[in-house]
Amino acid sequence: MDTFLFIVCAIVSVGCAVNLVLQKHPISSALSLIGVMGSLAVLYLLLGAEFIAMAQMIVYGGAVMVLFIFVIMLLNAGTEKTSAKSWFAQIAGFPLLSAFVALLAFLIKVVLPPLHPVEFGSWVGGTAEAIGMLLFTKYLLPFEVTSVLILIAIIGAVVLARKEID
Amino acid sequence: MGHIPLSWYLILSAILFGTGIAGFVYRKSVITVFMSIELMLNAVNLSFVAFSYQLQRIDGHIYSFFVMVVAAAEAAVGLAIILTIFKNRGTLQIDEVDSMKL
Repeated sequence: MDTFLFIVCAIVSVGCAVNLVLQKHPISSALSLIGVMGSLAVLYLLLGAEFIAMAQMIVYGGAVMVLFIFVIMLLNAGTEKTSAKSWFAQIAGFPLLSAFVALLAFLIKVVLPPLHPVEFGSWVGGTAEAIGMLLFTKYLLPFEVTSVLILIAIIGAVVLARKEID
Repeated sequence: MGHIPLSWYLILSAILFGTGIAGFVYRKSVITVFMSIELMLNAVNLSFVAFSYQLQRIDGHIYSFFVMVVAAAEAAVGLAIILTIFKNRGTLQIDEVDSMKL
């Protein structure tokens, strides 16, 4: 059952990711990205990361994607124009990318020490309680710095997107 | 109940990251390039959580959470920049925004 769920979610996420790259219209790409994020949330649950799975759905699947779709609708972004791509990218792009992924897979298989097999429910460490405990003790300073970062991002977004007042 | 090797998760993460790179390099629409960056961040998050499972520690979850928060902030600022580009130039094509090109 675990393996079946993993394989289904992996196929859905890779298919949606490839669809994101191949689609010409931004809305289709955005919907594919939502598919990737949903299946990744299921994979996080399989790894015992409850909190991260929920945060993935709420922050990414909810907030960030709504922002993307809002901007696509607001700018009325249509199908992108095809423009001339360099001959190097056309010839060598896909082989180079496959070689990169194959190299990563080789490193994962050969260099890493023996990895635990994943079984659903065998380790449930990522509860909201445990994460909150760690977040407010060991990682308190990064957490506070992040709040300043978000404040800066809010101000930056407002300043960039506001109407010029003469 | 089957067991899944953890390396499958890492390889899936590598494949998603590679797809994100392809989208970042090939696509010409600013919004789609931005979505490819989000895809790459998601792939990195997956490997963080997978390594966290391997070490049986939740520090990886915290890093993954911070990546999410920073990605949300980045999306807000980046989409505001896209709005400004569109307002000033009336285009979303990356290769038409080239005034800094020699």
